[in-house]
Amino acid sequence: MLRYLARRAANALVLALAATCLGYVLASVALDPLVRFRGNNPPVPDEQIRHALAITGTDPNTPLASRLWSWLSGLAHGSLGTSVDNRPVTSEIAERAGTSLQLLVLGTVLGVGLGVLVGVVGAVRQHRWFDRVTTQGSFVVLATPTFVVAVLLMVGATRLNEAAGRQVIRFTGQYTPGHEGWAAVTDRASHLVLPTLALVIGLVAAFSRYQRAAMLDVLGTDLVRGARAMGHTQRSALVRHGVRVAMVPMSTLAVYTAGMVLAGATITELAFSWHGMGEYLLLAAQRGDVNAAAGTVACTAVLVLVLGMVADVLYAWLDPRVRL
Amino acid sequence: MTTTNDVRPLLASVIRPSGGVWSRVLTSRQAWVGATMLLTLALWALVGPALHPWDATYVDLAAFGQGPSTRHWFGTNDIGQDVYAQVLVGLRKSLLVGLVAAPVATGLAAVVGAVAGLAGGWVDRALMAAVDLMLVIPAFYLLVLCSPVLARAGWPALALAIAALMWMVMARVVRGQTRSLRERGFVRAACFSGAPLWWVAVRHVWPNLASLLVADVTVGVGTAVLMEATMSYFGIGVRVPDVSLGTLLAAGGPAAATRPWLFFFPALALVVAVCAVSLVGDAVRDAIDAGGARG
Repeated sequence: MLRYLARRAANALVLALAATCLGYVLASVALDPLVRFRGNNPPVPDEQIRHALAITGTDPNTPLASRLWSWLSGLAHGSLGTSVDNRPVTSEIAERAGTSLQLLVLGTVLGVGLGVLVGVVGAVRQHRWFDRVTTQGSFVVLATPTFVVAVLLMVGATRLNEAAGRQVIRFTGQYTPGHEGWAAVTDRASHLVLPTLALVIGLVAAFSRYQRAAMLDVLGTDLVRGARAMGHTQRSALVRHGVRVAMVPMSTLAVYTAGMVLAGATITELAFSWHGMGEYLLLAAQRGDVNAAAGTVACTAVLVLVLGMVADVLYAWLDPRVRL
Repeated sequence: MTTTNDVRPLLASVIRPSGGVWSRVLTSRQAWVGATMLLTLALWALVGPALHPWDATYVDLAAFGQGPSTRHWFGTNDIGQDVYAQVLVGLRKSLLVGLVAAPVATGLAAVVGAVAGLAGGWVDRALMAAVDLMLVIPAFYLLVLCSPVLARAGWPALALAIAALMWMVMARVVRGQTRSLRERGFVRAACFSGAPLWWVAVRHVWPNLASLLVADVTVGVGTAVLMEATMSYFGIGVRVPDVSLGTLLAAGGPAAATRPWLFFFPALALVVAVCAVSLVGDAVRDAIDAGGARG
């Protein structure tokens, strides 16, 4: 097990490094660090521009390779450089990652868990009403962009608040300023409801479909019947020999799935105007902030790989054929 | 995925639908419903504006931000533009982005997958490493990163960028299928008789994976349309003067609670279009799955 994990981790490390370099190069090529100095009247003095570019290390006249090298050596010392507003990117990302992870973890656990459950029940009761409703429901949800789901939820919440005559659910930003103690906790929880719901709806739709298909494959084999013959109850046969085996095929796409979940969370977060990683990247792209963009991409790559590895280990643990 | 040894090349079986994946697709009600919906929508987007009295950019000074009426079927926006006309124009652009992006993505997947599978060795390892690398950074992040460049280049560049970010998983599938095909007699015979790699790919690999690739194109259209809408909603996709369903949703989003017609009509058009595409895609995929020894 440890050797397998070590090999996976080494592989992930190489990929993370490559993705980080790719992110920096792309950011340097696609973003224009001079964009915020343009169109000023009176024009910003050259001296000042050069000074600002020197601080962020994004002077286009320096060769890209040496810019990348100095950024990477900064990274080796735990620094992602300085953003255009003279703040260390590392601390800004640490702040925003907390916000993003809150939604990501809550949404993923609920979404994947419920999705698997819905898929399994749908497969076991194939063609019954529950299966029909969830299959068609997830079909429509998968055809609906996440931000539309978010807007629909916000409209619903507005109606609810109007009907109740007070703010039952709050949904702009992560919290209302000015609350303290217990009130701050409930306020944050209230702000979490809709974004979590938006993310969970999409994830349940996606995962229930995978899980239903995989579960139907397993039900077609003699695994469950064999377990029944061995004296398991129907429920225990389904869970231990059906669901467990049905979850295995999803492992091949663990990294891809992790990326998908992360993108979903980012879009949800943006739709509810949270100050998370997605907003940071969007701002960076608009302001020509190379360091902020590269830092965000690097952190995302690491997060995707970590999520992928967690999923990998979970699946390996599920699959009785894998001996690590 | 199953091996698709009973699949005939696309044209042959459409002309002579006797068994195989294509006859299952052609007899599937789901595929017909989806295709009919899709064609209707496409036709509507194409000729609809010509049959409609209002132009998408025309400003009706007598109707600012009015709800649906007989004069303006889907209402008007804040500056008096007809929402019905805008939805038609937006739908056209959205479908166009999808129809450009999906075949390009599938083509890329077919080429990379076949080359990796047939060549093997370091070519295979290098290509699969590239696939792994591209899967590590979510597509949405890469699109945001490239958005300043895309902003200058217009919607065809956006479509190609979307295509460049959705071929990876399919490339892996094609590679796997190619490797199993390579062990079969007719492909080995072709290789031994000195056929060049591209010939084996064109003559043997792609025809055998035709249904898989068609399914991927169909599903890809839906994915690309959704990606475009999301990009445009956050202001980094299609830009003025171009109009897509995404830009309409971005404009209508903040007003969704007070003037719902600005948001819900474009949203409905988008969801129906993607549903239609997925109906066809799922039907093709089901037909492929039913062909092999599944489960």
